[in-house]
Amino acid sequence: MSTLLIQIVVALAKALFIILLVLTAVPILVWAERRVSAWMQDRHGPNRVGPAGLLQPIADGIKFLTKEVLIPAHVDRKLYLAAPVILLVPSLMTGAIIPWSKPIPADSALGGLLSAVNWAPDGIPFQVAQINVGVLYFFAMASLAVYGIILAGWASNNKYTLLGGLRASAQVISYELSLGLAILSVLLIVGTLQLNTIVEWQAGGMWMVFAQPVTWVIFTIAALAETNRAPFDLAECEQELVGGYHTEYSGMTFATFFLAEYANMTMSAALNVCLFWGGYTFFGLEQILPWWITFGIFLAKVAAFLFLFLLIRWTFPRFRYDQLMRLGWKMLLPLALGNVVLTALGLAAHEMWGVPLWPALIVGQVALIGGVALVSVMRTKAESAGSAESQARA
Amino acid sequence: METLLYLVFGLVALVGGVLVIVNRNPVYSALSLVLTMFAVSALYILQQAYFVAAVQIVVYAGAIVVLFLFVIMLLNLGDQGNLPAASGTRRFVGALLGVTFAGIVGAVVWEYASTAGPAAAAAGDIDHTKSLARVLFQNYLLPFEVVSIVLLAALVGVLALIRTHGRGLDSSEADNV
Repeated sequence: MSTLLIQIVVALAKALFIILLVLTAVPILVWAERRVSAWMQDRHGPNRVGPAGLLQPIADGIKFLTKEVLIPAHVDRKLYLAAPVILLVPSLMTGAIIPWSKPIPADSALGGLLSAVNWAPDGIPFQVAQINVGVLYFFAMASLAVYGIILAGWASNNKYTLLGGLRASAQVISYELSLGLAILSVLLIVGTLQLNTIVEWQAGGMWMVFAQPVTWVIFTIAALAETNRAPFDLAECEQELVGGYHTEYSGMTFATFFLAEYANMTMSAALNVCLFWGGYTFFGLEQILPWWITFGIFLAKVAAFLFLFLLIRWTFPRFRYDQLMRLGWKMLLPLALGNVVLTALGLAAHEMWGVPLWPALIVGQVALIGGVALVSVMRTKAESAGSAESQARA
Repeated sequence: METLLYLVFGLVALVGGVLVIVNRNPVYSALSLVLTMFAVSALYILQQAYFVAAVQIVVYAGAIVVLFLFVIMLLNLGDQGNLPAASGTRRFVGALLGVTFAGIVGAVVWEYASTAGPAAAAAGDIDHTKSLARVLFQNYLLPFEVVSIVLLAALVGVLALIRTHGRGLDSSEADNV
């Protein structure tokens, strides 16, 4: 086989593998969601199909597939059918830039099989596309997912779905800013947009979250909002909007929305791990471990994050719409802006006066937390004074 | 190969652009605009301007057209949401603007076609983001800051406009009622 042919085959195989991986993760996640929620609410959860109910998602899948795809008469047919796909595809595409493990060495069994010495002597990167705007690409694809929700809401031609779509679009635009600014702090420190370089930067055990805890919190909250997960799932608020944007969907079209939501979650968790939790690295151990164990490390970290997302969903009640907007614009955005400024100052101190990097960054983070605490105390005082005054007047 | 891709994406961009104005339904128009954005972004990638390509999608497809859709859906358009056909004067003004714009673009293209044209970007592992940042924040820092202040002024202006219209609704007056 010629080298070019091998390269093309390998690239296709990687893409296929990642898509299959994510699509396999979804049924497991659905099962985990139901079991975790049952565990948190002191119930049993699904436990009849297979051991511990593990085969339940498969039974559900068969049910979805055999159900009739019902298309209501009053919908905009083209967009109604396209919307779930528009939601799913970008989230699968984001997987292309995630480095899932350390490069597969040329002298490993798999590398030898593909005669990697000839075309990738430094190892085959387990990443479909090593593009130099990596994080921006992720950001671009993630910001497209909202079209699926908006269009589903509009094409269904139903006031509840439309309201769901409107909420989703306002929410995603609001939180995208904080998300971008949080990522910007990380990019400032590492000085590149390439995700694999960002992971390698953290390889020494200096994970980004140790230097940038506040940034991580901002990023995680904004990412939760971007994926429309509870407590940010206003777009499908049952109490107010029946089922939100997917009210009119049933059968496999509805299941595709589910698929997309969990695929989105997985990718969001994977990006979080890459940016803040060292990706596939584990305190230098990744140097000696074979590549497939580093792959396992990465998956374990992603799974931990997904578990966190499940815990969050079943712990916090849904935000009200005005609370959502206040959190996004009045709290997260100023915090993220201040964070970028302080991180830049820390980096300047590091480069100009030779202050060690970690203290320079962590001082900025502490100053940020201090500033927030100060502002909130002042605001509480002003509020209590104001209410006392109005009571006195009354 | 590159020429072929250029032709394909250029064609898609043009078709998308035409669909924006031909579609009677504003939602489909906005989606056609997204199609054009994607094709233009692909053209940037062919020019190896990866950063601009990504930003094109993040800003235009990811935010601005989403905002368009938001507004279109809020404006409750009756009659299946279709727009009425444009009136004679609007058509005339539109044609005038179109011809003017085409003239400007044509002049720019003519200028470049008659001179040697910009030097082809050197291939290889250039960090495009870094070089763009150098140009923007070192060579053209002042214009950049001026533009940002103009944008800020627009933002403040919008807030001021909203304030005058919303008078009587702020909390201090509501308390006194």
